[in-house]
Amino acid sequence: MKKFLTGNEAIARGAYEAGCLLAAAYPGTPSTEILENISQYSEIYSEWSPNEKVALEVASGASIAGSRALAAMKHVGLNVASDPMFTMAYTGVNGGLVVVNADDPGLHSSQNEQDNRLVAPHAKVLMLEPSDGQECLDFVKAAFALSEEFDSPVLFRVTTRVCHSKSIVEIGERVEAGIKPYVKDPAKYVMSPGNALKRHPVVEEKLLRAKDYSETCPFNRIEWGNRKIGIITSGISYQHAKEVFGEQASYLKLGMTYPLPEQKIRDFAAQVDTLYIIEENDPYLEQQVRSLGISCIGKERIPICGELNAEIVRRALLGETEPKTYQVSQKPTARPPVLCAGCPHRPLYVALKKLKDIVVTGDIGCYTLGMVPPLSMLDTVICMGAGISSGIGFEKVNRMAGRKEKIFGIMGDSTFFHSGITSLIDAVYSNSNMAIILLDNSTTAMTGHQENPGTGVNLMGQPAPVIDLVNVVKAVGVKPENIRIVDPYDLAETEKAVQEAYASQELFVVVTKQPCALMKDVQKKREGLYCYSDAEKCKKCKACLRTGCPAIAMKNGTIHIDKAQCNGCTLCQQVCKFDAIAKVGE
Amino acid sequence: MNKSVMLVGVGGQGTILTSKILAEGLLGAGYDVKMSEIHGMAQRGGSVTTHIKYGEKVNSPIINKGEADVLIAFEKVEALRYLCHLKAGGILIVSDHEIYSQSVLSGTEDYPQEIIESLTQAVERTIVLQAVKLAEQLGNIRTHNIVLLGVLVKALGLEQLDWVQVMKDLIPEKVLEANVKAFKTGLAV
Repeated sequence: MKKFLTGNEAIARGAYEAGCLLAAAYPGTPSTEILENISQYSEIYSEWSPNEKVALEVASGASIAGSRALAAMKHVGLNVASDPMFTMAYTGVNGGLVVVNADDPGLHSSQNEQDNRLVAPHAKVLMLEPSDGQECLDFVKAAFALSEEFDSPVLFRVTTRVCHSKSIVEIGERVEAGIKPYVKDPAKYVMSPGNALKRHPVVEEKLLRAKDYSETCPFNRIEWGNRKIGIITSGISYQHAKEVFGEQASYLKLGMTYPLPEQKIRDFAAQVDTLYIIEENDPYLEQQVRSLGISCIGKERIPICGELNAEIVRRALLGETEPKTYQVSQKPTARPPVLCAGCPHRPLYVALKKLKDIVVTGDIGCYTLGMVPPLSMLDTVICMGAGISSGIGFEKVNRMAGRKEKIFGIMGDSTFFHSGITSLIDAVYSNSNMAIILLDNSTTAMTGHQENPGTGVNLMGQPAPVIDLVNVVKAVGVKPENIRIVDPYDLAETEKAVQEAYASQELFVVVTKQPCALMKDVQKKREGLYCYSDAEKCKKCKACLRTGCPAIAMKNGTIHIDKAQCNGCTLCQQVCKFDAIAKVGE
Repeated sequence: MNKSVMLVGVGGQGTILTSKILAEGLLGAGYDVKMSEIHGMAQRGGSVTTHIKYGEKVNSPIINKGEADVLIAFEKVEALRYLCHLKAGGILIVSDHEIYSQSVLSGTEDYPQEIIESLTQAVERTIVLQAVKLAEQLGNIRTHNIVLLGVLVKALGLEQLDWVQVMKDLIPEKVLEANVKAFKTGLAV
């Protein structure tokens, strides 16, 4: 049967057809929909793990216990999961283990543009790279089998355009892989130094076998066309290359990109006049090709930075100029994403903005948008957890330098469960006197409302125990008198808590509790609530505009609040000194 | 020859549903279709783009500069933003509708004036319509995206396909009739 599927949907379907029994992930663009789709198959146990490391460890345990298992993550998630990944290369697997890694060239929704193809040789695991939906499905099924055959996790590397592009996919039936017997084997699974030392040669031997396989496997194929130009490519870059060169070139299309088929590359290169390497971001293939002593044209023409497309390839390799199109004199206004109307994160930033001499170390989530004007409140955003931990270091050096700024670390609930708890432990342990704000909106909002350990529901839609964030804060040793729990929609209460945090000489934690304004039940509950501005009372001081709420606009000299967007959070009413904003509905 | 259609708008305008209906209709007609969306933070007021390419065999899912046979903008500034993707001789469909970004709301930037005039002057084949007003007159303002779909289908010369059936599969029963009405209104523009 043919279906029109995104790469992510096809990966989920492939895992299902391959008889996968367990899948785990932490949400992250562009990988999130893989587990969301897998969760629709009742045959597979699926979970949102607190972070990617946990997800891969859960999958590794399932694999050793004998089932086929999958972990999925975005590229920066693999940084978090590297620890189990690198050692799983040594232990190998029992049931097949597939690690789906989604890179984000062009940084559509990420904090860096790392090319995780480089992880495969570093971690010494096999790597497959599909180019479209059909290959996503076929390759995932193959990946499970290869994992078992070579006793290795398989890195399944996709990119945003593969994950989020739909194409026609022929789907099949599920074939149960069952659960293999588990036989206790400490020499294989207990990675003490002595055992691991003996496993390392096994890993190297496995890679040699995999290299032989790579030479003849169906994933690495040659498409002969005009032999004046030869192109070595993989993943989405293959599609761009085909679009530009069509039959006017020959292709070595690599689907298994670690280990690479050296002889096949040599043979192909020997039969073409000019060799191009067309790849996105880093010169991964190019360096391998050059290391074989083969000359080629690659990154000296095709940029390392940014997402690749056919136009860039055309200009780089064919020297074509800008294509013909249209131009007008008006420039589009910028439309960066902003905190939504009624977002419970906004009042916290409005409260913080009143404080002078503060440094705000931010984190990954919707609240990163606190950086956008007019709020402009963030000093740093690095990775999940750093909102607290980098604040600790900043504060230590501030003290050495005799600087007076108070450090505020900002983090959401899902990110706190992901990486914030260990950071908070360090804040306690290191006697930090920073202030920590935990924005608890009861969901993983930025990636589209996934459940997390604090929400009381799991990925399969079943009720789950609620991990109480405040109890965690108390349990790691933050003094109860230094904890405030506030409703961010109450600005006075929020400001009071933030000011107490500012004044405190000890570690202080403020937890704001209000669910994400975009959640369906919240929207339903707040339906009919909205604020409006009274033009007669309004003094046009623009205090409401400075909250950065997208529902508020100055139109023809008067303040207008868009009823459709407004959810009646009343932040604008609370910042208005002239009583010019009123709320409708209770 | 493959055809390329680029749909652009602002998060929440229904560009994704429109794209889905178009893609399903094309699939039903036997075309190879690829559809690529960028909507990472669309719910948060960002601009949303969908690329749809169809024909005998489609490779790259991305529509590059100067490659779109049709550019359909659900909002005027988005038409400006992606105009460079329209092929010379291509068709521009633009909804005469304004959604202000944060910079305009707070007064740090002005919403560009006379966009429609400039676009009409620059692009030979421009279709401008008051999709939101038309939908409002039809009784359901939210169907403005389907009005635009009707215009798009006509511009692509795909009127012969059974779009009502596709809509039946993708649109909830209770709003189906309103959407079919909107689609027919678009076709008649």
